Amino acid sequence: MLGHLTLDNVKREVRQEFAFVARNFNLVKRYWAWELVWLCYSTANALAVSFIGAGVGVISPDSNVNTQFLITYLIIGTLVWGFMSQIFNNIAEMIAWERWEGTIEYTFMAPIRRISQMIGQMIFAVLYAMWFVMVIGTAMVLFFDIDLSNANLGGMLVILLAGSVSFAGIGVVGSILPLLYPERGAQMTHIIQAFLLLVSGVYYPTSVLPDWLQFFSQFSPATYVLEGMRTAVLPGSTRSDNLFSYILPLLVIGVVMLPLGVYLFQRAEVYAKRKGCLKRNG
Amino acid sequence: MNKALVVDNVSKYFDGKSEVSLLKQWQARLTGGEIEKPKPINAVKDVTFEVNRREIYGVLGPNGSGKSTLIRMISTLLIPDEGTITVFGCDSVKEEIAVKRMINRVSVDAAFFKKLSPRENLLYGARLYGVSAAEADVTARDILQRLGLRPNSYTAPMEEMSRGMQQKVAIARAFLTQPILLLLDEPTTGLDPRSKREVQAFINELRDTHDATIVLTTHDMQEAEALCERIAILDEGEIVAEDTPDGLKRRVKGDNGNPPTLDDVFLQLTGKHLVKEDESSEEEVIEPVL
Repeated sequence: MLGHLTLDNVKREVRQEFAFVARNFNLVKRYWAWELVWLCYSTANALAVSFIGAGVGVISPDSNVNTQFLITYLIIGTLVWGFMSQIFNNIAEMIAWERWEGTIEYTFMAPIRRISQMIGQMIFAVLYAMWFVMVIGTAMVLFFDIDLSNANLGGMLVILLAGSVSFAGIGVVGSILPLLYPERGAQMTHIIQAFLLLVSGVYYPTSVLPDWLQFFSQFSPATYVLEGMRTAVLPGSTRSDNLFSYILPLLVIGVVMLPLGVYLFQRAEVYAKRKGCLKRNG
Repeated sequence: MNKALVVDNVSKYFDGKSEVSLLKQWQARLTGGEIEKPKPINAVKDVTFEVNRREIYGVLGPNGSGKSTLIRMISTLLIPDEGTITVFGCDSVKEEIAVKRMINRVSVDAAFFKKLSPRENLLYGARLYGVSAAEADVTARDILQRLGLRPNSYTAPMEEMSRGMQQKVAIARAFLTQPILLLLDEPTTGLDPRSKREVQAFINELRDTHDATIVLTTHDMQEAEALCERIAILDEGEIVAEDTPDGLKRRVKGDNGNPPTLDDVFLQLTGKHLVKEDESSEEEVIEPVL
């Protein structure tokens, strides 16, 4: 894949992957006002959802709800979904972004393998998502009393990383849409995201969904990340309580989705080059 | 290898746009009526030419003649439907990465991340070609200084620069990777006369000092005559003539008894008017509707 494995080839590969990381950080820096707006909105949204947990006891005083449990349950949902959706967005919008700026032809003309482009984009996506969630998490700590003393922090990290690979794979598949559909492709990726939000049990257990929707839940990596994180954090579960049962499906989905996504993307690129879809900007 | 570029019987078709609305097409489907199929449009027709190493080869033609489609195929951004393109012996489809390492392109639209500075854009472009940021930074400053870009513009957002200045950065981006085949698709459109001369001098220098081969498309006949050793005239996707500038001029008659110019060649061989520079935006490739 790297041609001859020489130091020069490795250096070139690393530079090519870093090109996307550096470029995206520069874009974040230059669009700082938009980033700030988005961060404020996301923080307010996460707080609003978590306050539902605090409000249930007031709305229904007779209900026998463990408010602290519910708040933690919702906080995990908002933070994990924030993390996963940032990764998905960053990768799925990799092509849409280039179309908006009009640079897509230059990036596609460069002698870079698509897998290197994806890796660079994925590294940025994970770093950005971590920063994003850390800011929102800090706001949560200021508003709510979150007890992580019994949490399995190592397990949480492994689940998040395994989930990142799976979501990156789905993001790569999503990025095909703006490649093939210059005008509406970016909007189409939001449909994938909305569907994952619905079926993955972000704010509720998937068991409350109709059976036919529960069928789709098992294919969403977010389902396993969320359940795994809740098992690792919420009281009532032992520290290593079956975390592997969540990590294994995440690894399987990641191992299948990432190469599949790259393969499908390459096929779509050939199609786009035959039909002339690279030229038009959405 | 003496042949830098071989374009062999290359054709490109695009799906045409149907004149009938989608609703009427579905109606026809449901009622069993005849469905109008979009007619494919032949943007490039059986084009063949060769460019020698260190040659500056011009492709002239009116808007919509297929120049940019041809350049895109050589750039690996489009796949030919028929024929083959080889760059220094490497097939543009089968050995795409090898071809990409040898080429770079400047197009009429200087496409950049507009919020980023020339420095940020150029380092991004250089890294994509595996060039180190430190090396690229020094070379970029040098090229931009040669092209007359003010030093303080190097770190300001691209969106604050004039179109001509942006075009200079686009030229620097292509030169930065030291391509041995440089594709210049109307590179001086939008530049003032002084900048044009600076760019033209730089193109000559690149050929002489860096052993580069250059394919140039332009609407500027003076530029073509000053730079190109041979010129192909493209009209409606076909090469209608190919020769040295003097050879082409010998084929036509001059206007009002004057010696023939490349303008006369263009007008008489294509039967079309010259396009004023400010009208010469990138030619429209027939776009697919998806």
